[in-house]
Amino acid sequence: MKRIVWMTGAAAATLAILAAQQTDFNIIIKGGTIPTLAVPDFRGDGQSQSFMTVFNQTLWSDLDGSGNFKMLPKGSYPLNVPQQLSDFKPAQAANRPGSGGGLAMSDWSSPPTQANYVTVGYAAPQNNLFVVRGWLVDLSIPDPANAGALAKTYIESMDEKGARKAAHEFSCDILQRFGATCLFGSHIYFVRRSGTLKAPVAEIWSMDPDGKNQRQITHYNALSDFPAVSPDGSKVAFTSWVHGSPEILVFSTGDPPRPILFYNQRGASVTASPSFTPDGKQIVFQSSVGGCCGVYIANADGSGVHAITTSRSNDAEPKVNPKTGAEVAFSSGRSGPEQLYRMNIDGTDVERLTDGTGEASNPSWHPDGQFLAYAWTRGYMAGAFNIFVMNVARRDYIQLTHGEGKNENPSWAPDGKHLVFMSDRTGRPQIWSMLADGTQQQQLTSEGSNLHPVWGK
Amino acid sequence: MFSKRKITFICLAISLALIAEGCKKKVPAPPPPPPPAPATAPAAATPSAPVVAQFTAEPSTIQRGQSVTLRWEVSGETSNVSINNGIGTVRSTGSQQVTPTSSTTYTLTATGPGGTITSSATVTVVTTPPPAPNPPSTTAASHATVEQRISSEIQDAFFDYDKSEVNGGARDALTRDAAALKAILAEFPNATITVEGHCDERGSAEYNIGLGDRRASSAKDFLVSLGVPGDRLKTISYGKERPQCTESSESCWQKNRRAHFSPGQ
Repeated sequence: MKRIVWMTGAAAATLAILAAQQTDFNIIIKGGTIPTLAVPDFRGDGQSQSFMTVFNQTLWSDLDGSGNFKMLPKGSYPLNVPQQLSDFKPAQAANRPGSGGGLAMSDWSSPPTQANYVTVGYAAPQNNLFVVRGWLVDLSIPDPANAGALAKTYIESMDEKGARKAAHEFSCDILQRFGATCLFGSHIYFVRRSGTLKAPVAEIWSMDPDGKNQRQITHYNALSDFPAVSPDGSKVAFTSWVHGSPEILVFSTGDPPRPILFYNQRGASVTASPSFTPDGKQIVFQSSVGGCCGVYIANADGSGVHAITTSRSNDAEPKVNPKTGAEVAFSSGRSGPEQLYRMNIDGTDVERLTDGTGEASNPSWHPDGQFLAYAWTRGYMAGAFNIFVMNVARRDYIQLTHGEGKNENPSWAPDGKHLVFMSDRTGRPQIWSMLADGTQQQQLTSEGSNLHPVWGK
Repeated sequence: MFSKRKITFICLAISLALIAEGCKKKVPAPPPPPPPAPATAPAAATPSAPVVAQFTAEPSTIQRGQSVTLRWEVSGETSNVSINNGIGTVRSTGSQQVTPTSSTTYTLTATGPGGTITSSATVTVVTTPPPAPNPPSTTAASHATVEQRISSEIQDAFFDYDKSEVNGGARDALTRDAAALKAILAEFPNATITVEGHCDERGSAEYNIGLGDRRASSAKDFLVSLGVPGDRLKTISYGKERPQCTESSESCWQKNRRAHFSPGQ
């Protein structure tokens, strides 16, 4: 089952505070106390019945995958499930003995369920539309009449897509009620490989955070790789071999996606791995102008190129700190096998971040600019990458994957709480997501081979 | 027409408003059980025989060894459409290439509830006269393309892990390649040749673009030092995007850490 993932704003702050104590890295996401939530299945009337499985699964995965709640198992719920807020009765009037309970709020807040909150609601067809009414009930408030923490109506198309969208919207509203913002509406860009060994094809695709609505951006029938999204989500830049040597191409992400003019330097045998500055006005990239390869910066249309590094020791994957815009993380072979480095955006104060062991690559800045997710072979064979997160100031790190195949290409979600990455643990490269403590690992793609995900707006 | 639509729209709007209003107060009943299955299947329409709208063989006359495209289109209700002479059951619309060795009549048979219908297409195969001998040539090689010459005469040069220096084995390979490349470039004065740099699956894909470029460049530099004209050698790094094998073993990795040669674009 695929699960959508969500973000919370508060998590970033928590991450920063708790990262100061390395041993607490593992609880940075789930934190100490999170509310317990009961999410009984909604029932549907008439035509809407056919889509309730999708609705209920989506709602559960969204809330569970968000990491914001302790989800209570459905087996622990009372027998009678209210369908709307007014179905709740005052405790003394609610249940006849032997009814199995459920109509009193205390039936949900007391053992075995022990929920802080419960979601109730139903779906019904209306003018051939899928209409959901949903409530979030705060079980700490004794009077049912005042316990509706949220009451909303969602009107969507009468199909699976509509049911899924209604569930996403309801879970978004619930998350927002807890000060979290949802990731529904953000996009993951990635590369799908196909073709043969002799004639491989790699195209840029996008999808929703739960792996749904996959959409092909490029149709070159050639090799295109390493997508990067502009901060506003309107453009995707990538490396393409469509005209021979690797060069940078840029597409708008609208519908349909269109190529945007980008000037590549003539005569460079490598112009690759672009990424945007936080203001979206410039692109940093890897270039072989003057020897392979240095980090360069140019305007978003490719004009005004100048070098940031001059060492020519295979510098790659430059990523500008999204918070400050003033420093660049990159990988380089300047001290031997590939390692991670940081420098100021003018090329000064280059420092190695990883300790020289193994190979380290794929830096991805946390939105707060303090953490880097990256792939590292430390403790494993050459090429056997796992995902790590480093506190850049302190240089301490945690390991999120542990040899379940190769795990590479981490990219932070806009919430700073989730990561998307590539893993070949199923035998083929596929896109996965997880919470930044390494839990809730979810496979998002299954068709073909998919890699190099990047999470944008 | 327009006014009818307008009335429908107004009715719809009113009923929508009513339903929406009702919804705030009324609880929908728990979902009713699904309706019973219909007692009888709807009466089937009287079946009509299928119609062969098209069945052609193009070209209808060929020389032995050439192929012919059969195209067919059957309309109406069918339970089976087949073509004899070893083709068998096919979709109701389609095409297929066949290479009959002698004149053949293909018969398409379409069967449906309304009956069976057939249609035929004949292909005439004429025997080819023996080809004229090839005109004598100055050198046998002049018939080979640049691509053929490269694939038969030029070897890959292999590199050590995470290295782009031309080492012992690669020196030998490139030294032999240099002589062959000079000959090919002399024979095809307009040709350019691409030196491709490739990497094994280890290391990040981004880093390997640079590594592949360095391998291609050092192979080129070495060839130029042996007198191969540098302005006719281009380099392209494919990083680890185009491996020739995908196993996670040293023997496969070694095959992929290479400089490879292809005709220039």
